[in-house]
Amino acid sequence: MAQMDSNARARQSEADGTELLANVHPPQWRNPQPTAPYDLVVLGAGPAGLLAARGAATLGRTVALIERDLLGGNCLNVGCVPSKALIRTSRLYARMSDAQDLGVTRPDGIRIDVATGMHRIQRLQARLSRADSAERLREHGVDVYFGAAGFAGPTRVTVAGAVLRFKKALIATGARPMTPAISGLVEAGYWTNEDVFKLAAVPQRLLVIGGGPLGCELAQAFCRLGSHVIIAQDDPMFLPGEERDAAQILSDSLARDGLEIHLNTQVVAVRRQGEQKVVDLVSDDNKVSVVVDEILAGIGREPNVDHLDLEAAHVEYELTTGIRVNDFLQTTNPRIYAAGDVCLAHKFTHMADATARIVLHNALLRGRRRLSALTVPWCTYTDPEIAHVGLYVRDAREQGIAVKTFTVLMHDVDRAVTDGDEEGFLKIHVKEGSDEILGATIVARHAGEMINELSLAITAGIGLAELGHVIHAYPTQADAIKMAADAYYRTQLKSARR
Amino acid sequence: MSSTTESDEALLERFQCAAFDYFLKNCNAANGLIADTSRAGAPSSIAVVGFALSCYPVAVERGWMARAQAAARTLSTLRFLWESEQSEAGNATGYKGFYYHFLDMQSGRRVWQSELSLIDSTLLLAGVLTASVYFEADTRDEREIRELAAALYRRVDWQWALGGAATVRQGWKPDFGFFHYGWEGYSEGAILYVLGLASPTHPLDPASYGAWTSTYQWENIYDCEFLYAGPLFIHQFSHAWLDFAGIQDEFMREKGSDYFQNSRRATYVQREFAQRNPHDFKAYGANCWGISANDGPGRKTLTLDHRERRFFGYAARGVPYGPDDGTIAPCAALASLPFAPQLVLPLLRLLCEQYPGMTQSSRLPGGFNPTLPGDGPQGWVSEGYFGLDQGLIVLMIENYRSGLIWQLMRRCPHIVTGLRRARFTGGWLT
Repeated sequence: MAQMDSNARARQSEADGTELLANVHPPQWRNPQPTAPYDLVVLGAGPAGLLAARGAATLGRTVALIERDLLGGNCLNVGCVPSKALIRTSRLYARMSDAQDLGVTRPDGIRIDVATGMHRIQRLQARLSRADSAERLREHGVDVYFGAAGFAGPTRVTVAGAVLRFKKALIATGARPMTPAISGLVEAGYWTNEDVFKLAAVPQRLLVIGGGPLGCELAQAFCRLGSHVIIAQDDPMFLPGEERDAAQILSDSLARDGLEIHLNTQVVAVRRQGEQKVVDLVSDDNKVSVVVDEILAGIGREPNVDHLDLEAAHVEYELTTGIRVNDFLQTTNPRIYAAGDVCLAHKFTHMADATARIVLHNALLRGRRRLSALTVPWCTYTDPEIAHVGLYVRDAREQGIAVKTFTVLMHDVDRAVTDGDEEGFLKIHVKEGSDEILGATIVARHAGEMINELSLAITAGIGLAELGHVIHAYPTQADAIKMAADAYYRTQLKSARR
Repeated sequence: MSSTTESDEALLERFQCAAFDYFLKNCNAANGLIADTSRAGAPSSIAVVGFALSCYPVAVERGWMARAQAAARTLSTLRFLWESEQSEAGNATGYKGFYYHFLDMQSGRRVWQSELSLIDSTLLLAGVLTASVYFEADTRDEREIRELAAALYRRVDWQWALGGAATVRQGWKPDFGFFHYGWEGYSEGAILYVLGLASPTHPLDPASYGAWTSTYQWENIYDCEFLYAGPLFIHQFSHAWLDFAGIQDEFMREKGSDYFQNSRRATYVQREFAQRNPHDFKAYGANCWGISANDGPGRKTLTLDHRERRFFGYAARGVPYGPDDGTIAPCAALASLPFAPQLVLPLLRLLCEQYPGMTQSSRLPGGFNPTLPGDGPQGWVSEGYFGLDQGLIVLMIENYRSGLIWQLMRRCPHIVTGLRRARFTGGWLT
């Protein structure tokens, strides 16, 4: 990574930080004065809230958007955007190790400059925040309020001393990192994803608690950035719920990167010893202690439902699962809807987006769109990436659906071979006796890009046979999908021959 | 004799007999325990004891051992199993009718803090039941064999092994309890469910078998459709005792196949993978394959021929997703003989011709890796021999040659009951 003069970097960083703040929470912002009831009041300005507020304004409705902290929510500030930027840096550095295989001599003196990498993250955040800055939202017709919101009744919300009345409301307050219940952890201190994107240097020794998507992504990234990373996962495999083979490939990949892996292991206690943290790990009847400099907890997120006075609005919720909604995303108060992380098991930005669209239609356009009709893809941005859409085989079998899986290995895909990206596979699950695509899993360096074609196919009802008629540009890694379709076609030919 | 002029039958006899010799040379005659490996100080593996009990009838029929001698060995084993301590104590031999994975060769007590292993206990019980069917003569020894075998089987508490879950747990430890994970996906566990379902005392609920098979994946890989599992041994272990040809459970009825056919297809996928050889490992090819759970060169990363190579120790290698470090499991390849003799016999001949230094004893090692340089073209070779490998070779060659073990187990009422409770129908079960 090119070195930037430290003074220039500091100045630029300050400028980026100032711009970011000016966009996501302007220091001098003055909340509007509410008058008539709003057509829509939105609590939370993450991806769901922003989409709904902008959409309502576009429809010509009066809309208020309330944000407690920063516009953009987790995604922009502490989630997808900074983590993917960090992953990009770590991937580039890791790929330099492969340069020799590709006929490139790796130059001497390559080293990680974490401060510059972190500055890049801030610069990207500042740039991306422009699209939904407070000022632009106001120009678009959205009344933006900053402050902690709470319900004062079934049709009223208070924020910063003002009372906002509404015809409809949307709760989109998102989620926050869960705190692991581990003896001594809070006292010893630990990080979550809300802390790790402002570091000046990576820790020498880092323990990551949790082998879900967040834990695996950050563990691999920090390992590649130079930390000795220990990852402890209480399940026998990473990414519980994903395909077993996908989790196995990820496990191999993390091991190859040099992570110290403790599967089937619980973190039971933490204690501070000077500047170090001593952590007790238990696996079956084996107990070991590891010494680290920092601890990163990545065990998942819990919904932001407290301090909203939901009882006053007759909105039912659970602290662990969030706000209770029906298939139309209505809460137990039919005037109030919820979208995104605060009510969903799938806590993804694209699900926040999709559910906000449903709410917009159902709340303001008398629509009847359903949550259950969504086809939901997702991706874990490790290297290789692991992406999935639709049903897993076990889901289908539980529903009594017979399944056949068409598997293509990335080492058989020409472009993956030429790119040196041979690790992974594509599995497309179809209903036995038909070409109906039920679901798919992709493990590949660019799985997140590839899964969208299959998401489209499922959403549009396009079968595997029809995908085979779609000409795929050659050579591309997405050609794997065409190869699976070709395999399906050959099964049809064999059947015809019989 | 050169393998090129040797008949198939003679070639197989040579390797089968050499494999059986493992059980003679690595046995404690006093308690019947067999060492896990031929390496010095190795403990006994109860699964290997199960293979040994199944191999003795083969040895009798092949003339390698007198019947009385085989019965005596069997009897000393069963007496030990029945009389050894079954309790929650950390140094007991077993608990609830199951046995610890590894036992001290002399005392027969738990070693290595090993787990009470449900699958290894199952393989032991398969051997116990094999003996009970084979030794059917009305002699004092053979009557006692049958009585002890029945008692050992009746003592096993399969319901306890569920640990409150829907499927059987993988293991239990006295200071910890059950491992919190069970069996997911197709595995060598079919025989575990068959024996558990048939128990006259503590049977598994048939729903547990359905819960397990609900995790199966039927995949089209390399244009071959089969119930996928990566390591080759998974497609073999239950088949050493159970003749799955022509009988189907609900899953296989749905797919129009059976588990025998499935193992045949898995063998073809192994060969196809080796021919494609995506990682460019040395020696892989049409007649050199066999990726399974087996010994390996040890965990290390080396640069060989300008390419970084990672090697593993004992690991569950698999096809086609890996892990794969170029280590070939020749015993697993040979054990596919009943499913695909036209693939396996050329492989065995190639091993003899290409790697005479490794095969001159007529006994195959736990693994070799031509990619990692060693003494000769075979590259790294696993030290000594593994009892599981040798036992599997004896049984699978026999099943190919005469079907002896399959025929014996067809006569075992517990096997028939277990298969029926798992809703197998058709073929020889009709």
